Amino acid sequence: MSSISERRQDYRNLFKHNVEKRLLVDKIVRLAVFACVIIAIIPLGSILVEVFKNGIGALSYEFLTEPPGAIGSGAGGIGPAIQGTFIIVGLGSLIGVPIGIMSGIYLSEYGENRLAKSIRFFNDVFMGFPSIVLGIFAFLMIVLILDHFSVWAGAFALSLIMFPIVARTTEESLKMVPVTYREAGTALGLKKWVVTLRIVVSAAKNGMITGILLSVSRISGETAPLIMTILGSSQFFSGLDVPMDALPLRIWRLSLLPYDSAQLHGWGAAVVLIMIIIGINLAVRIFFANRSKKSGILGQLIKKGVAAKN
Amino acid sequence: MTALATKTSDLEKQFTADSSTSADPGKYKMIAENVTISYNGIQAVKDITMKFKERSVTALIGPSGCGKTTFLRCLNRMHDMTKNAKVDGKVMIDDIDLYDKSIDPIYHRRKVGMVFQKPNPFPTMSIYDNVTAGLKLNGVRDKKILDEIVEDSLKMAYLWDEVKNDLKKPAIELSGGQQQRLCIARALAIQPEVLLMDEPASALDPIATQKIEETITELKKEYTIIIVTHNMQQAVRVSDYTGFMYLGDLVEFRETKKLFTDPKNELTAKYVQGQFG
Repeated sequence: MSSISERRQDYRNLFKHNVEKRLLVDKIVRLAVFACVIIAIIPLGSILVEVFKNGIGALSYEFLTEPPGAIGSGAGGIGPAIQGTFIIVGLGSLIGVPIGIMSGIYLSEYGENRLAKSIRFFNDVFMGFPSIVLGIFAFLMIVLILDHFSVWAGAFALSLIMFPIVARTTEESLKMVPVTYREAGTALGLKKWVVTLRIVVSAAKNGMITGILLSVSRISGETAPLIMTILGSSQFFSGLDVPMDALPLRIWRLSLLPYDSAQLHGWGAAVVLIMIIIGINLAVRIFFANRSKKSGILGQLIKKGVAAKN
Repeated sequence: MTALATKTSDLEKQFTADSSTSADPGKYKMIAENVTISYNGIQAVKDITMKFKERSVTALIGPSGCGKTTFLRCLNRMHDMTKNAKVDGKVMIDDIDLYDKSIDPIYHRRKVGMVFQKPNPFPTMSIYDNVTAGLKLNGVRDKKILDEIVEDSLKMAYLWDEVKNDLKKPAIELSGGQQQRLCIARALAIQPEVLLMDEPASALDPIATQKIEETITELKKEYTIIIVTHNMQQAVRVSDYTGFMYLGDLVEFRETKKLFTDPKNELTAKYVQGQFG
C-alpha cells in the first residue's frame, strides 16, 4: 500500500506522460473544426460568386424599375417583383413579429405550466413544417374562401413561417437574461409586465433582433407558399386582395423559360434578392447599434465630433 | 442594566434583541413571526421569529446554507419568484402582514429596498436611468424631482462624487464596487423605509467594502437595515443586533456586542470564535 504522497507522484507522472498526446488531440480538433468551416463556406461562397457572375450583367435602371416585357424579348425588368417582395415581407413581418415576440415572452416569463410546454412543443414542430404545407393552408383558409389569390393570403402564409422562429429565438434570448435583473426589478416594486418589457426585453434585445432578422431573411426567399397565395403578376402592386409579384416567384418563373434573356433576368433577380436580404440585415444592425450610442460606430463618430466642437 | 438582560431564560426575550443599552428603544419596524420556508417540502428556514427595531442595523450570520439569505428574501416576498418555494408565517411591516392574501406585494416592496449579493445594475441603462428606474417605471416623470432624487440617492450611497460628471454613462462601465453602491442608490431612490442587504460586500475589495460599510452606518440614521454577511468582523462593525442562524434555525439573536463577547449558546460561541464555519 503506497502512501498518499507516493500515489500523488504517480498521478503527476501520469499527467506528464499524457501531455504530448493531449497537445496532438488539441491540434487535430482545431484542424477539424477549421476544415468544417471551410467546407461549409465553399458552397456558400461559390453560390454567391456564381449568382453575381451571371446576374450582375442584367442590372440596369430599367431592369430594376420596369415591369417585365414580352416573354423572351429580353425587354423590361423586375420592378413589380422588387416592390412585391418589400410589401409581402413587410406585411408578413407586421403580422408575424408581434405575435412571435408576444408568444416568446409568454413562453419565457410565464411558461412554467402544462399549456406552455405543449405550445413550446408544437411551436418546434411548426418551425420544421414544409413551407408549402403552410402555403396550402393559407390557400384553403383564405384563397378558396375569398375565391381569389391575394396579397393578404401571402402575408398570412409568410407570417406562419415567421412566428415560430421569432417566438423560439425570443424565448431563448429572454431566458439568457440573468434572473438577478428580474429580482432587482421586482425588489424595486415594479409590476411583472414592467420588469419584463422594460428590463428583461431591453437586455435581450440583441438576441431578439437576430431572431427577427433570421426570420425576415427566411421569408424573403420563400417561393412555395407564394405560389399558392399571391400567384405572381407582371403588374405593379394594385391592391391587397389581388395577385402580386415577388422576387422568388419571378426567379422561379424566369428559370423555367427556355430563353437566354429570361435566364439572365432570373440571375439578375437573384442578385437583387440577395442584396435586399443583406441590406435589411445591415440596416437593422446599424440602426440598433446606433440606438445604444455608446457601442455604435456612427454614435462614436458623432460623440467625437461633438467633443471636437467643444 | 434593565430587567430585560437578566431574563435570559425567557425564550421570547432571547429572540427579541434586548435593548438595554440603547437610549431610545424605538418601535419595531418589521416583525417576522414563525416564518418557515420550504423548497419542495424541505425546510430551509424553521419557525423563525425576529423583530427589527426602527433605525437599527441587524446582521444575520451563520455558515453557508444556514438559510440566512432565504430568510432575508422572504422579508420582501422575493420567494414569489421562485418555483416550489413555500413561506408560512407572518411578516409584519408597520402592522400589515406582507403575506396576507389580500395584499399586493408590489406596494410593500416599495417600502423595502433590496441590495443583492452580486451587483446587478440594469445593463442597458445609464447610471442616471438605473437610479431612477424604480421611479420612472412606476410613472414618476417630473425631471426636477428625478434629478434631485438621483443626487440625493447617489450621495447617500457615497457614489455621487465619482459619477456626478457622467451620469449618462452606461452603468456596466463602472467598477464592481461602484456598481454595488449604484445598486444601493437605486434601492434608496424609491424612498424605502427598510433596506435588505444580502452580503453586499462579498464581491468587493477591502476599500470598496469599507465605503459600503460607511454607507450603511450613515443610512442607519434613517433606515431599518437588515444585512446578511459572512464576514463576522463586518457584523461587529456595522450592526446593532446580530442573529446567528444554523441549519435553518435562529440559534441566538441579541445585541451584537453581547452576541460576540458573551454568547449564550454553545454553537454561537464556537461559530464566533471561528471553530467552525
